[in-house]
Amino acid sequence: MTLTVKNTAKTFPDGTRALLPTDLTVGEGEILSLLGPSGCGKTTLLRIIAGLEQPDAGSRVFFGETDVTGLAVERRNVGMVFQSYALFPNMSVRANVGYGLKVRHVPKAERDRRVDEVLQLCRLADYADRPVQALSGGQQQRVALARAVAPRPKILLLDEPLSALDAALRDSLRDELAAMLRQFRITAVFVTHDQAEALAIADRIAVMSEGELQQVGAPEDLYHAPASAFVARFIGNAIPLTGERDNGALILKGGRLELAENSANKEVYVRAESIRLDPEGSLAGVVETAVFSGGHYRLAIRDVLSDGALLQAHHPGKTAPKSGDTVRLSISPSDLLYLSDQPSGPK
Amino acid sequence: MNRSFSWWLQLAVTLLTAAFLIVPAIQSILAGLTVSYFRGLSSGLTLKWITRVWELYADSIFLSLWLAVSCLVVTLVIGVPAAYALARNPGRLSRVLEEFISLPLAVPGLALALALLQLYGTVTGFRTSWTFILVGHVLYTLPFMVRSVLAVLMAMDFKTLEESAATLGATAPTRFWTIIVPNAMPGILAGALTVVTLSIGEFNLTWMLHTPYLKTLPVGLADSYASMRLEVASAYTLIFFVMIVPLLMAMQWATARAQRIAQ
Amino acid sequence: MTSRTFVAACLVPLAAFTLAFLALPLVRLLQGSVETEAGWAIYLQILQKPRYLETLVNTVLVSLAVSVTALLISTVAGVFLARNRFFGRGLLLSILTLPLAFPGVVVGFMIILLGGRQGLFNQLLPGHVVFAYSLTGLFLGYLYFSIPRVLLTVMAAVEKLDPALEEAARTLGASPLRVVVDVILPGLAPSLVAAGAIAFATAMGAFGTAFTLATNIDVLPMVIYTEFTLSANIAMASALSVLLGLVTWVLLLAARSFTGTTVAAGG
Repeated sequence: MTLTVKNTAKTFPDGTRALLPTDLTVGEGEILSLLGPSGCGKTTLLRIIAGLEQPDAGSRVFFGETDVTGLAVERRNVGMVFQSYALFPNMSVRANVGYGLKVRHVPKAERDRRVDEVLQLCRLADYADRPVQALSGGQQQRVALARAVAPRPKILLLDEPLSALDAALRDSLRDELAAMLRQFRITAVFVTHDQAEALAIADRIAVMSEGELQQVGAPEDLYHAPASAFVARFIGNAIPLTGERDNGALILKGGRLELAENSANKEVYVRAESIRLDPEGSLAGVVETAVFSGGHYRLAIRDVLSDGALLQAHHPGKTAPKSGDTVRLSISPSDLLYLSDQPSGPK
Repeated sequence: MNRSFSWWLQLAVTLLTAAFLIVPAIQSILAGLTVSYFRGLSSGLTLKWITRVWELYADSIFLSLWLAVSCLVVTLVIGVPAAYALARNPGRLSRVLEEFISLPLAVPGLALALALLQLYGTVTGFRTSWTFILVGHVLYTLPFMVRSVLAVLMAMDFKTLEESAATLGATAPTRFWTIIVPNAMPGILAGALTVVTLSIGEFNLTWMLHTPYLKTLPVGLADSYASMRLEVASAYTLIFFVMIVPLLMAMQWATARAQRIAQ
Repeated sequence: MTSRTFVAACLVPLAAFTLAFLALPLVRLLQGSVETEAGWAIYLQILQKPRYLETLVNTVLVSLAVSVTALLISTVAGVFLARNRFFGRGLLLSILTLPLAFPGVVVGFMIILLGGRQGLFNQLLPGHVVFAYSLTGLFLGYLYFSIPRVLLTVMAAVEKLDPALEEAARTLGASPLRVVVDVILPGLAPSLVAAGAIAFATAMGAFGTAFTLATNIDVLPMVIYTEFTLSANIAMASALSVLLGLVTWVLLLAARSFTGTTVAAGG
């Protein structure tokens, strides 16, 4: 089932514009992530799709060809995984998962069959008759997912499904969640503020900021060709390079940096992983700190950027320069990001 | 262990206070079971006063039980949905409404009874029926039910639970029955026990609202205190204790449990 | 049915009941108080006629004495029980909270058993000690009624006090008495004020105890009762009820703003 959102906006009673008029389409079976910092309107959009929030007049939400804008949440047939999971504490795992079928009056035999099937898929069969409070965070998350998909919803919605877990568990469950979502083949929208989560799970990512869609595209496209400074910063933590232009190059405090052609009038951004230690490099700086983080060293280098900020670089070697060492750096012109000047950006 | 003088003083105050509260209760239990209160225990133990009370006042005991059960039903029907609605709309209007229905906790029962009598005293069919007393009991116990349920609801994230039930296809009435009521059960139970305990013991309103043919247990108590010999009054009080004390203990247990959940 | 209509429907029974049996009767009560020729001046009469004024003063004085005494006793016992663990503590606690379920009439009977003509004291010291049917009896009855309520409030408040504060005061060299004065009492103050107000308001409106004991003592609830039933002076009974209701309601409202809790006032 495709999901189409047309001209959809939300203004709260106090006048706050949580969501500016937005158009978005999610293809059949596609997993789309709404990514953005807190307060960017992503949860509002999700809740409007679910029917939990009433959008402003003129907004339209379609499931396939059907306009569901005026349809109450309980009649939309969506599945939703809540940030807190919202498992019913008065019911067992099985009763939670079967709830959506029960309230739709699916006969008991059919209901039991479907519940068993979903419990199996979510590896919950062994816990079926436990009370939900007796489960670990990861298990609760799977119950929430199983409960949402058991009634075979048209659209699956997930609101920060991993954020209630601690960091270690979150990383391991991320790929598992991605795999489970794929096997259900349900059109899914999931909200997150964590770019790693979005990159790992989503087919396409919609980056949002201040109630507006910034860019929608495949994870690779957003990473390699961000449409705005905000997207560049938010996905991959690109930082701006500022300095005087000199004949196709940028003059930084640490030296001269060659730019690609057609870069005039565009802002230049760079990511830590694009910076190489290179004895022949055109830039010079002094190592402030060098932190070993497993796969690489994270270097903070001073006296390179003209604004006095530290330049972050990832260095994959087995040894690293020490604090106080002077190093030379190079950045390939094709690894730099060239973005048109535009107003929206992080504040 | 060495106790200071002040420790013993505090213990003495506590013990004296306990004695002040328990001694007359014990006296009344003994008086209800002895042949002659004036001659004391040496006159022997008997159940004849209890039997006498039963002959005289069984109706009032049954009326009180009937009123308590009816009062519970009415407060459940009115109070539980109302607590839910108040929890759903936690605005100023809800606060004012909650404050208003709590008036019978603050305003003496006598004043409320006068108010009811002046408005409905001439509606004879109603005035002389047990439902008139029931109204008074509901008026007085309803705020306890509403608050008890409200406290438990406010302590859990019932809004998200409801939203999640809604996304699963549950309509508003279904959500109320399958999600709200089961999860508010500790509050409902505590409220229910409070309602029954208070209804059985209610006197202030009941005394004004009752008719000679409709005496509740406490009205009968007042009657026996005024006109019966001490042994009968004591035996009647003993019956009241036997009814109310287990209720009180259950109520305290349920309230503590609901409060633990509400934290 | 949409959610909004359902939630609104949930309020309908409450709204209907409250309107019919609380709002309208209270309006009728107010109306009933000004139906005589005196009109609103009836409220002035309360302050002008010695009988009513004396009753008012009596009621306030007894209630005040009860609140102060109940606070003193309950604070000592409450702090003691909350801070000490010893054999029999549970039993003591049960005894001290048992009368919570006693209606005023039963409390009155308890006082008769203590201080009536056949009471305990009169048996021990025959012919001399009958206090049940006087102001003393009423005072003791209200005290009996209030102690469990105040005690529970105090104990709840003591359990919320941070023991680290007391320990800090001790390490700084404060004597046990100083700790009570400097740390415990200030910490309990809001709850004590609230509990005192509840005890006061309860005593002001207590009818059952007075009815059992005090056929001759002029306290406000008894005067209201006799005005209504014996004198058929419905306007004055109504006016006194309005006054009494206002006083207790305002007091309890103020008390609740201190702690946010309510204890049953009636009984």
